[in-house]
Amino acid sequence: MNGPPDSAELEALRLSLEVAVRSVGFSLPFAVLAAWVLTRVRFPGRLLLDAFVHLPLVLPPVAVGYVLLLLFGAHGPLGAWLRTRFGIQLAFTTAGAALATAVMSFPLMVRAIRLSLENVDRGLEEAARTLGAAALDRFVSITLPLILPGVLAGAVTAFAAGLGEFGAVITFASNVPGVTRTLPLALYTAMQSPGGDALALRLAMLSFALGLLGLLAAELLVRRVRRYVGG
Amino acid sequence: MLEISVLKQLPGFRLDATLTAPTPGVIALFGRSGSGKSTLTNIISGLVSPDVGTVSLDGEALTDIRRGISVPAERRQIGYVFQDARLFPHLSVISNLHYGERRNRRAAAIVGFDEVVALLGLAPLLQRKPRQLSGGERQRVSLGRALLSRPRLLLLDEPLASLDVSRREEVLPYLVALRDRLSIPMVYVSHQFEEVLRLATHLVLLEAGQVLAEGPVDEMSLYPELQSIIGPDLVGAVVEGQVTRVSAETGIADLAVGSGVLQVSLRDAPVGARVRLQLLARDVILATQPVQGLSVRNALPSTVIAISDDEFGAALVRVDVGGPIVLARITQNARRALNLRPGDAVWTLVKAVSTRGHAFTLAPGS
Repeated sequence: MNGPPDSAELEALRLSLEVAVRSVGFSLPFAVLAAWVLTRVRFPGRLLLDAFVHLPLVLPPVAVGYVLLLLFGAHGPLGAWLRTRFGIQLAFTTAGAALATAVMSFPLMVRAIRLSLENVDRGLEEAARTLGAAALDRFVSITLPLILPGVLAGAVTAFAAGLGEFGAVITFASNVPGVTRTLPLALYTAMQSPGGDALALRLAMLSFALGLLGLLAAELLVRRVRRYVGG
Repeated sequence: MLEISVLKQLPGFRLDATLTAPTPGVIALFGRSGSGKSTLTNIISGLVSPDVGTVSLDGEALTDIRRGISVPAERRQIGYVFQDARLFPHLSVISNLHYGERRNRRAAAIVGFDEVVALLGLAPLLQRKPRQLSGGERQRVSLGRALLSRPRLLLLDEPLASLDVSRREEVLPYLVALRDRLSIPMVYVSHQFEEVLRLATHLVLLEAGQVLAEGPVDEMSLYPELQSIIGPDLVGAVVEGQVTRVSAETGIADLAVGSGVLQVSLRDAPVGARVRLQLLARDVILATQPVQGLSVRNALPSTVIAISDDEFGAALVRVDVGGPIVLARITQNARRALNLRPGDAVWTLVKAVSTRGHAFTLAPGS
């Protein structure tokens, strides 16, 4: 346990970080949009959209991965379109692992952003309006800075959760070493292989440390930003 | 000219208001809380749309529901100072001030940045964040921010209501300075009659969503409905006059009012200044014969115009003091003892010291 981590661990760590970063980058704009629509727009079917956004929280991750496979697989409607149109393949790739992770952590992000959106004093947006700011301008100059703590909290929580996404990733993107074998998948593989106990323990400890670090960083970051925006 | 005729149905409340007020000047929307002042202000600003009706400023339609006109709030160029200041918490004072200025570069500047900072005493606050400001400071920044957005009209919705008395005194002189130095029309929402006395040029009386009456402040002070809103102790005729003589040593100034002269307790008003004075009805004394040996400084020959029973069980006598009308509250016993009738010649007695704190400069003398 004392030597430097061997390449399998490093590779899993690097992949986990890459997948988590890409998943956050991918889902963040959509999460802000979804949170905004859910808090600010009154329309029939809002409840249904709300439930749909939260679905990954309650579904078995394997089911989410399976649905993604049906949609984005080589023969799925979206997968076929993406491949013929843009030459993009998602299933069994790192990008696919990021997509699966993004879908799974989407509700976490929406929840955090939504909470801070609900706390924004609408009076400030009205004041901005009387000062000549149109809708998009108001959102960028007032609303977005005020919900920044929530956006960051959502992003970091989603990032930390994304490091450990297992079921959806293994179902949609499979367990390809160096491509989709992230920390939890490497841990699972090590547990399954004879003599892999020591590696499994190291990977487990790595995951544990990473998760703890992520959550602490999130809390500190949010505190700093909150102080900055004076909320 | 600000012309409004709007109808707005809200849950449990209906606003049905029509008014025409001169601009520039300070138009006071005065009434109890819940009378519709804020709704009306929001309609003028464009933040709220009326069900039907029109709002026009200096001949230009801002809202005309029938003709499908509704200029969005962000393009109305109407500055709004909210009761709770609503400074942007993530921006410094200077960035708050620039917020509206930056978005209205094409409008004609009424006042420059440096002038606003000087006028409102904002220089020491510029680098601070809103949470580091006192309530009075916040309101001053909010006022500056609205002014710098180059408004054609400034709405002030009870800007002093959330401040304690000493903080009010910290902001009020700035408002007076704005009125006297800049010619921006203002709509001032208040339920404090003293603020109206100090600031307003035109008074609109609102009650239960309707305009009861509107007009110049001195005329409106005689209006019976105003009396029931402000309560018996604040009832009193407002008269306006010009300072003809001042005595720094006694703090007493001579005020030419109509054909007479009133000695009033007033400091800091130069000769030539226009002054508005409220003579509280309870402080005014009537005499049917010339009096001698009294300490009262003012004895104006006058004529009784009308006598009414007020709702507080006393009699309210209207007297003509040689142009202006003054109200005197006397007991029913006094009324019977003096046998007062409309047309009677009387002397109206006003103690000079009773005017202390009730006289305000309207415009500095030339």
